[in-house]
Amino acid sequence: MSTTSPIARPAPQAKGGNVKPATAIVRRPVPPEIGRRRFLQAVADHAMLIAMSAMFLLPMVFVFLTAVMTDRQTLTPQIWPRPFQWSNFTSVFRDIPLLRYTWNTATIATLSTVGVIVSCVPVAYALSRMRWKGRQVSFLVVLSTLMLPFQVTVIPLYIIFVRFHWIPSFKPLIVPSFFGDAFSIFLLRQFFLTIPEELTDAARVDGGSEFQIMRKVIVPLAKPAIAAVALFNFLYNWNDFFGPLLYLQEDQRLWTLSVGLSNFKTLHHVQWNLTMTTSLLFMLPVIVLFFLAQRVFIEGVTLTGVKG
Amino acid sequence: MSPWLIGFLVFVLYPMASSLYFSFTRYDLLSVPVPIGLENYKFMFTKDPYFWLSVRNTLWIIVYGVPIRIVFAIFTAWLLTKPRRGVKTYRTIFFLPSLAPPVAAALAFVFVFNPSTGPVNQLLGHLGLHNPPLWFYSPAWSKPSILILGLWGVGETMIIFLAGLLDVPRQLYEAADIEGANGWQKFRLVTLPSISPVIFFSLVIGVIEGFQFFTGAYIASLTASGGTTNDVATNLGFPQNSLLFYSVRLYGSAFVNFQMGYASALAWMLFAVTMVCTVVIIKTSKRWVHYAGGGGFR
Repeated sequence: MSTTSPIARPAPQAKGGNVKPATAIVRRPVPPEIGRRRFLQAVADHAMLIAMSAMFLLPMVFVFLTAVMTDRQTLTPQIWPRPFQWSNFTSVFRDIPLLRYTWNTATIATLSTVGVIVSCVPVAYALSRMRWKGRQVSFLVVLSTLMLPFQVTVIPLYIIFVRFHWIPSFKPLIVPSFFGDAFSIFLLRQFFLTIPEELTDAARVDGGSEFQIMRKVIVPLAKPAIAAVALFNFLYNWNDFFGPLLYLQEDQRLWTLSVGLSNFKTLHHVQWNLTMTTSLLFMLPVIVLFFLAQRVFIEGVTLTGVKG
Repeated sequence: MSPWLIGFLVFVLYPMASSLYFSFTRYDLLSVPVPIGLENYKFMFTKDPYFWLSVRNTLWIIVYGVPIRIVFAIFTAWLLTKPRRGVKTYRTIFFLPSLAPPVAAALAFVFVFNPSTGPVNQLLGHLGLHNPPLWFYSPAWSKPSILILGLWGVGETMIIFLAGLLDVPRQLYEAADIEGANGWQKFRLVTLPSISPVIFFSLVIGVIEGFQFFTGAYIASLTASGGTTNDVATNLGFPQNSLLFYSVRLYGSAFVNFQMGYASALAWMLFAVTMVCTVVIIKTSKRWVHYAGGGGFR
């Protein structure tokens, strides 16, 4: 990239009618020395960025190369696959119930995302837009559950689910989402607060019920935040390992991709090539989702950081 | 509100109360909990050979991991503020690994860092390093390996810092230029105070997550030890318990040994320590976190 030539910008125009510049303002060309320095700076910047990119990409490249190796070659120090065994991508579907794992993971992730949205939007609305006794206290309670390590509640929950005969099943992974999630409530509330009070007041004057106001005024305006919360919940559940490990146990028909992948072993050794093939297929939907919803991702992450 | 209230009672308050109760009992899931007073806590501090070990491992990953991760996040975000072209591509490349499922990421790293067949040590060998580390297979290098895995997934933190860096008012830099500040002074006196709320946020989240770190260590230990899931008990923390983090230890005593009472005591100790650390960070933050609006912690 060349920064040696000055950037073409329209010369500033004088607005006052009677003040006329004697000559058109011409941007002074950048002195060659400064131009050279800028160019070198740009080269250095890109060199650093490319080196850093390589570090971030290399593990992915190795995963890909291993994914198309023969099983025997993964146990040798060779890096380049000889031959490229593309059939790995079909044989994983034969060797393990990959489609079933994918279906299970997608079911859990989708249903619990629906649950979180359905349950958290009204709570966030009540915490940000309605006046009622105990609102402040309720918000403090939501905040404090944010700090609660899941380890504190997981043992009694496990016991409850055992009593309900919910283990092994998807229910422990889905049902709690329908009763709200502290982090999602918190994020949504913070975003709802930025929506001008006048809008909801106007709707109230027009005789809208609280539910209508939420659905017709708040939800359309809060779409970016709701999309971000949905996306994060989906991803969290798609990637989650601890929950499925605990609640799906040995029932292989229920396993998710995370649990299936962690058990991807024959009696003697880890089949690295197929493990990497599965890992790639596991990451693929996430990567596709990222490119489809890049803005929601970046804005959502920023939202969590800035509002948090 | 009411579904959330039910959820809160059933999925938070009741479990909290009962795990507090369990922490004063002996409970193996098969028979009723037997109250034993403070025995669990006494055992934890005086007799459990793995308790202090897991505390040390966890503190290691927090004390080294959290600051290194924040510095790395600031560095990568800062790199992204520099070029005029290609920012989006670089940003995508830096960010994507953070979306990788933790199980897949941990498996990939154990393979890539495999001492004898992995590509990393091959490359190090070509560079003339003849005794490269054994990474996930050596007690001395397993935690640094986990740390590198964490750096690879720095993306989300980096994006937050990037937003913070882009928010620093330009006038501040211009004023510093006029005062004749050099690059380092500008960074220390302008950039750092401006992004201090983001540092504060990542510090709190990093410490909380550090205490709860589980998946990466669990997968790395079980994979590197080469064992099957049947010998989880012996392989947790492999190699030589160097990856036996607090949450891994807690998982082991609850769901491998079924000592529900003792595991509940471990969980409450974790909660207490997390609270203390968070409060300490918030208290000291008043001295070093600057909010542009002039307000304090909100």
